[in-house]
Amino acid sequence: MVQPLPRHPGGGLARGIPAALSLLSAFLIWEVYVRLSGISPLMLPAPSRVLSQIVLNRTMLWDNTIPTLRATFAGFALSLTVAFGLSIMLDFMPRVRRALFPIFVVSQTLPLVAIAPLVVLWFGFDLTPKVLLVALVTFFPMLVALVDGYAATDPEIENLLRSMGATRRVIFRRARLPSAMPYFFAGLRISITYAVVAAIFAEYVGARAGLGIVILNAKNSFRPDLVLAAVVISSLLTLILFTCTALIQRAVLRWRDHGDGA
Amino acid sequence: MTVLSMQNIRLSLGETPVLDDISLHLNNGEFVTLLGPSGAGKSTIFRLLTGVLTQDAGHVTYDGNPLAENPQRFAFMPQRDALLPWCRVLDNLTLGLEVRGFTRRAARERVLPLLDDFGLAGFERHYPAQLSGGMRQRAALLRTVVQGQPVQLLDEPFGALDALTRTQMQTWFEERWRTARWTTLLITHDVREAVALSDRIYVLSPRPACIRAEIAVPAQRPRLGQPITTEAHALEAHLLDILLNQTGET
Repeated sequence: MVQPLPRHPGGGLARGIPAALSLLSAFLIWEVYVRLSGISPLMLPAPSRVLSQIVLNRTMLWDNTIPTLRATFAGFALSLTVAFGLSIMLDFMPRVRRALFPIFVVSQTLPLVAIAPLVVLWFGFDLTPKVLLVALVTFFPMLVALVDGYAATDPEIENLLRSMGATRRVIFRRARLPSAMPYFFAGLRISITYAVVAAIFAEYVGARAGLGIVILNAKNSFRPDLVLAAVVISSLLTLILFTCTALIQRAVLRWRDHGDGA
Repeated sequence: MTVLSMQNIRLSLGETPVLDDISLHLNNGEFVTLLGPSGAGKSTIFRLLTGVLTQDAGHVTYDGNPLAENPQRFAFMPQRDALLPWCRVLDNLTLGLEVRGFTRRAARERVLPLLDDFGLAGFERHYPAQLSGGMRQRAALLRTVVQGQPVQLLDEPFGALDALTRTQMQTWFEERWRTARWTTLLITHDVREAVALSDRIYVLSPRPACIRAEIAVPAQRPRLGQPITTEAHALEAHLLDILLNQTGET
């Protein structure tokens, strides 16, 4: 059920035009500069060259996009599950929250550059280390968003439910969980933008295939055009995932589109 | 017949004494108001009744037995309407019944015939944010009374409304109350509202709250929707005097 966006009569397309224009002009300036300066494509390839490389190497790129997508989805699914499960546990056990939360914060201070090779060393060149790294990078924003979201529940609503004889579990399901949803989606949108990048980085450190490997090989053979081709694909992936979460968010938080509330 | 009785209730929140020797009672079918300044601890009395807090000293009895043995006799309407913004109006109205164990279908069967009376017919599928302040308040009230509990606890139900809507809502509410005769405990700091709606009024002191006066309001109903009588005016002035000067022991 698609609801028309209220209060934005222009719709999403019209609002996208300025962004598309500025992006287009940036590429245009880049193209013109490369042509006029005669700079070597080994230094700086023109956007047109990157595009033609994408077309030329489409089979190779596609074959390497699949493993990256697989790592992204598996890692994200893992982190989503863990974040949700943990957040519920932490909400019901405040003492555990105080004990564990610092550990999660520390997990976010680990530099990916250092931790990724170790994870690959421990778990090999298969899917596992990528999944773990994607999960490590993406789970924290969602966990924090959920925990904060539960805490932001209107105490009046909780008192009301308690007056109706609701148990802690019923209060969680009826009030705390739905209250946390706007927060959760804010965290989700941050996480999803990290996910593809994390997968590519994990591949870069050690993998048999994937966009990270494309980038690594292209760099080693002095092919910046191919590097950028892989970058374009990765950006597109992130944009698509971001759009998907935005669509899901709009469906789940439909109540926020109405009236003047919230 | 006395339904609810509180005797010598004392309660502190942390170091702060909030209730200091509160004794009151509520009869079947009676409309009793707790009138007091903001922050006096009126809402604390409701939290005690709904089981969120426990008193430090004193007894609460319901039908002559300790309250703990009669759980869930109250339907509570909190200060702000506390409608769940993510639920449609109909799901908000059935909330209390569903939490109390009704199936969704059974709960709806109870709610639907009342929609008209509460001016909510046609708005079942709306979200609370789409309703006016008065409608939200009516929805919150319907959600409260439909639970079928013997005693209604209303915490400043009209406090958040603008003056005009408030008067409309009070008039409408009096009409509804005259037919339904819910046993009601109302919290307010609005003297006029207390005089217009109550059978009896307890005047509370500032925190720590104790009962400064107990005043019966024998006036005929309906009282709203017509000129305020001189007796009502005199009573309002008297109550205001107690509240402002805190001297009026009766």
